Amino acid sequence: MEVFLLQLFNGLSISSILLLVALGLAITFGLMKVINMAHGELIMIGAYSTYLTQNLFQDYLPKSLFDWYFVLAVPVSFVIAFIFGLILEISLIRFLYGRPLDSLLATWGVGLVLQQLARSIFGAPNVAVTSPAWLNGGMKIMDGTLLPYKRIFIIALVIACLVSMYFYIYRSHEGRRMRAVMQNRDMASCLGVSTRRVDAMTFAIGSGIAGIAGCALTLLGPIGPSLGTYYIVDAFMVVVLGGVGKLVGTVLGATGIGMFNTLFEYWTNASLGKVLVFVCIVAFLQWKPMGLVAMRSRSLD
Amino acid sequence: MLMRIQMKKFTPQRIWILIAYTAAAAALFSAPLFVSDFRLNLLAKFLAFAIVALGLDLIWGFTGILSLGHGIFFGLGAYAMAMYLKLAASGGKPPDFMGWSGLKELPLFWQPFQNFWFAVAMGIAIPAFLALVLGYFTFRNRIRGVYFTILTQALVIITTTLLIGQQAFTGGTNGITGYSTVLGYSIGSPETKRVLYYVTVAALIAIFIFCRYVIGSRFGKVLRAIRDGENRVRFIGYNPAIYQMVVFTISAGIAGVAGMLFVLHVGIISPSMLGIVPSIEMVLWVAIGGRGTLVGAALGAILMNWAKSEFSTAYPQGWLFFMGLLFVVVVVFLPKGVAGLIGQIKFRRKRREPNHEGVRNPAV
Amino acid sequence: MKKRMFYQFSLLLVAVTIVLAGCGGNNNKTASTNGETDKATNTANSGSNAEGEIKVGILHSQSGTMAISEVSVIDAEMMAIDEINAAGGVLGKKIVPVLEDGASDWPTFAEKARKLISEDKVATVFGGWTSASRKAMKPVFEELNGLLWYPVQYEGLESSPNIFYTGATTNQQIVPSVSWLLENRGKKFYLLGSDYVFPRTANLVIKEQLKAEGGELVGEEYTPLGHTDYSTLISKIKEAKPDVVYNTLNGDSNVAFFKQLKDAGITAKDLTTLSVSVAEEEIRGIGVDVLEGHLAAWNYYQTTDTPANKTFVENYKKKYGDERVTADPIEAGYTAVYLWAAAVEKAGSVEVDKVKEAAKELEWDAPEGKVKIDGATQHIYKTVRIGEVQADGQFKELWNSGEAVKPDPYLKGYDWAASIQPTE
Repeated sequence: MEVFLLQLFNGLSISSILLLVALGLAITFGLMKVINMAHGELIMIGAYSTYLTQNLFQDYLPKSLFDWYFVLAVPVSFVIAFIFGLILEISLIRFLYGRPLDSLLATWGVGLVLQQLARSIFGAPNVAVTSPAWLNGGMKIMDGTLLPYKRIFIIALVIACLVSMYFYIYRSHEGRRMRAVMQNRDMASCLGVSTRRVDAMTFAIGSGIAGIAGCALTLLGPIGPSLGTYYIVDAFMVVVLGGVGKLVGTVLGATGIGMFNTLFEYWTNASLGKVLVFVCIVAFLQWKPMGLVAMRSRSLD
Repeated sequence: MLMRIQMKKFTPQRIWILIAYTAAAAALFSAPLFVSDFRLNLLAKFLAFAIVALGLDLIWGFTGILSLGHGIFFGLGAYAMAMYLKLAASGGKPPDFMGWSGLKELPLFWQPFQNFWFAVAMGIAIPAFLALVLGYFTFRNRIRGVYFTILTQALVIITTTLLIGQQAFTGGTNGITGYSTVLGYSIGSPETKRVLYYVTVAALIAIFIFCRYVIGSRFGKVLRAIRDGENRVRFIGYNPAIYQMVVFTISAGIAGVAGMLFVLHVGIISPSMLGIVPSIEMVLWVAIGGRGTLVGAALGAILMNWAKSEFSTAYPQGWLFFMGLLFVVVVVFLPKGVAGLIGQIKFRRKRREPNHEGVRNPAV
Repeated sequence: MKKRMFYQFSLLLVAVTIVLAGCGGNNNKTASTNGETDKATNTANSGSNAEGEIKVGILHSQSGTMAISEVSVIDAEMMAIDEINAAGGVLGKKIVPVLEDGASDWPTFAEKARKLISEDKVATVFGGWTSASRKAMKPVFEELNGLLWYPVQYEGLESSPNIFYTGATTNQQIVPSVSWLLENRGKKFYLLGSDYVFPRTANLVIKEQLKAEGGELVGEEYTPLGHTDYSTLISKIKEAKPDVVYNTLNGDSNVAFFKQLKDAGITAKDLTTLSVSVAEEEIRGIGVDVLEGHLAAWNYYQTTDTPANKTFVENYKKKYGDERVTADPIEAGYTAVYLWAAAVEKAGSVEVDKVKEAAKELEWDAPEGKVKIDGATQHIYKTVRIGEVQADGQFKELWNSGEAVKPDPYLKGYDWAASIQPTE
């Protein structure tokens, strides 16, 4: 029973991490049809931003405040990744709309450059981020079953991101413009929406969310130049499995992959579990090429 | 591109092209005369890569399908050859890595690989068959474009994880290395290496001619039509899935050949050669050389690898920067690669007539 | 269209010419002499030239995933070379290092090894880190009769006539540490490793040893390289209730595993873990707060108390910065250079066969203590040390073997290891 509960929680936790990692991609890929292979590197930028925030607190602020660095690190990661995303969009991505495969290759090159940049600035070895004391330990729900606060925090963070994204996309003026441009670019443009600005903003927001994901990942894993490469393929699988263009799909995709991953890993082992999950994804896409939640459309590509 | 080889008219250009071909072939065949053994070995490896690039160009440049999983087909061919070489080195006994993985008996599926020709046949058949099966399901279900590309990446992860995980049967991360003879000749001797080089040159030329034939044929025209408008092709009454499936299979078989040659030259194959990064690098060669032109793809592979081996040592950091930037610049601003660039500049200056092929980007 | 084809073919011609010229450029051999190059002439004049220089190759990954670990080893080897040169060089000649990048890619290691031996004609090569890179280079060194110094602890079961192993083999790290754990920490073992050759082979050895020495195996798991979520695995460990987790995880996975172990409420007090791939360098990337109290088995720590180590650490920090730390493989790389230099001095030549002969039973005061080359296996005698991570990121030595242990790569001295012998 405890194992079952713990595994359920682990599955939920992995789902939340996958969702956080894929959420930014769901915007850039799902809405804008840009295959951003540098998404992983934006996650890495978020992680390094957290590292820098930590160092600033360590060096310039009293020790008693140190634990609160993480509260600041989340928005800082968002902003820095947002700026990187904006620069990327203005200098490169805008040439690539309508050429998804080319965008894949070009952003892969960008990712390579960013990784190397991180290596030159921070060095090849991993850096250590000390998690704040208030996230240490966990919630004891019964004997031997401890739910780590960090994982609970990440689940909460994902929900917060989802909710704010929902409000932004469906309840704000900017969001309405964004949807208009993504649905019918020419019409939106005719009606006076600055499509260039909307594109840049959308891409930058997607990047910013990747930054938040990077910030959250510092709690659990390594922080190094190749951090992004561990998550990028998984993130794409989530978006594709969920169905491109729908947030609900992404949530379902992440939950599905996360739960099955935990289940398979528990039954078999980590390597085989991973293989099984990917085989399932490939098989599923054969059956439903458009993913779990498909956008209805009568148009031919 | 629509040049018809069938029409044997001897225009001046045609003669020039013939001369260029002959000179290139002659240069390749005479290379052993003025290149050291080490450099020859390198060149041979590059030529093997050029073969994959040809296969990749066939599906990407001419059919518009981007596969980021060609490392798998390359690797499967390489593993087939490596299994033969390893068994030749161990004299039919279980190879060393099986020993330290706790396996005492040679597994059944390893047995037939003691035969060289069986290994060669499998080196082409296994990748081709895998591509056929994958293509059958994927293309029939109309999974294309980006979805196909991402699917091939999933396939890469599945294959490498399996290869690494089944160490007793595959050698794990170390891969398979430590060969001694091929068909009874010492694999390290300069003479064998030279013969292997000639074999590679011959394979490259043969596959080049084969690819030219394919794209020049009616089949090839349908491929390009699929690239430029899949639905239109469907409406005309063709079934694109069959064409895509066949060309994907051919391409995988070619990659298998390249993999076999690679192992003979380099003496090692490991799962890292099947990973996502090598697979993307293969695409990079084609992109830089010029997708949609066979010569461009092959040259791209040779030049990029040559540059990598020259510069990566002197500037290991700078090399990655350079490669990343090159990738970005070529993909964004030179979608036809270097071959296309040179053609375009000259062509534009000489004749400003409407150019039906040059303007269009390969549909993606 | 035809015009365009024509230009493409001109491009082809030019390119082929460039490649061939480039290929031919660096080499002074012409077609007529091709046949004469055999091993004898290759090695006879290898390494040294008229200007009083001896070229040595350094072949580690400077880029890619393994660069994290290997760059520090390059630093140590360069430092040793500088020190030797400052003291007058070897045989009165200066050592000139030729650096090559293995790029964390095994075929590249093989290619660069071949280049170093046959093009640069280096006297010896210091290089490699992963087992895979060594296995890739081994046939090249054997074919061309080169000399490789390999500085990392590894899974044993190998002894090439062309390789000197300055890192520990299994009986100098894993076997004694397992015995120590059985004696001091408990009988129930959980084996956790990354999915590659070293952990799998090491665990094969450990399983046999546990059977023979009365231990109990309660679980064995491998995770893919780069795996970052250990929550499920930690549940499995909790269920199995082991006394000891024997950790052969590699690189980044260690960070994730130890962070998440702590989050699950398991500290070093509740569960003993012993790692064989976590050294001072890795501790910095994982964070001391999560690692404190966990164990590791090595042959050298920065805190190892020998006179040679004091100067070594001092010089290393002076050269590369105060924040840098030394670690076992770094020390092994440094030792390798000195051992080679000593062997060359003794042989009076850089010729591979003479150096190998002279290296037999050679002794040197390394930072880890006195080391000796074992002539039969070309491994070195090393002292085994088990250490505990302290709050300052350094190790406190809990136990050592007292004297340098004789290397036994095939574990011939252990009856229980009879079934692990190689088949070939």
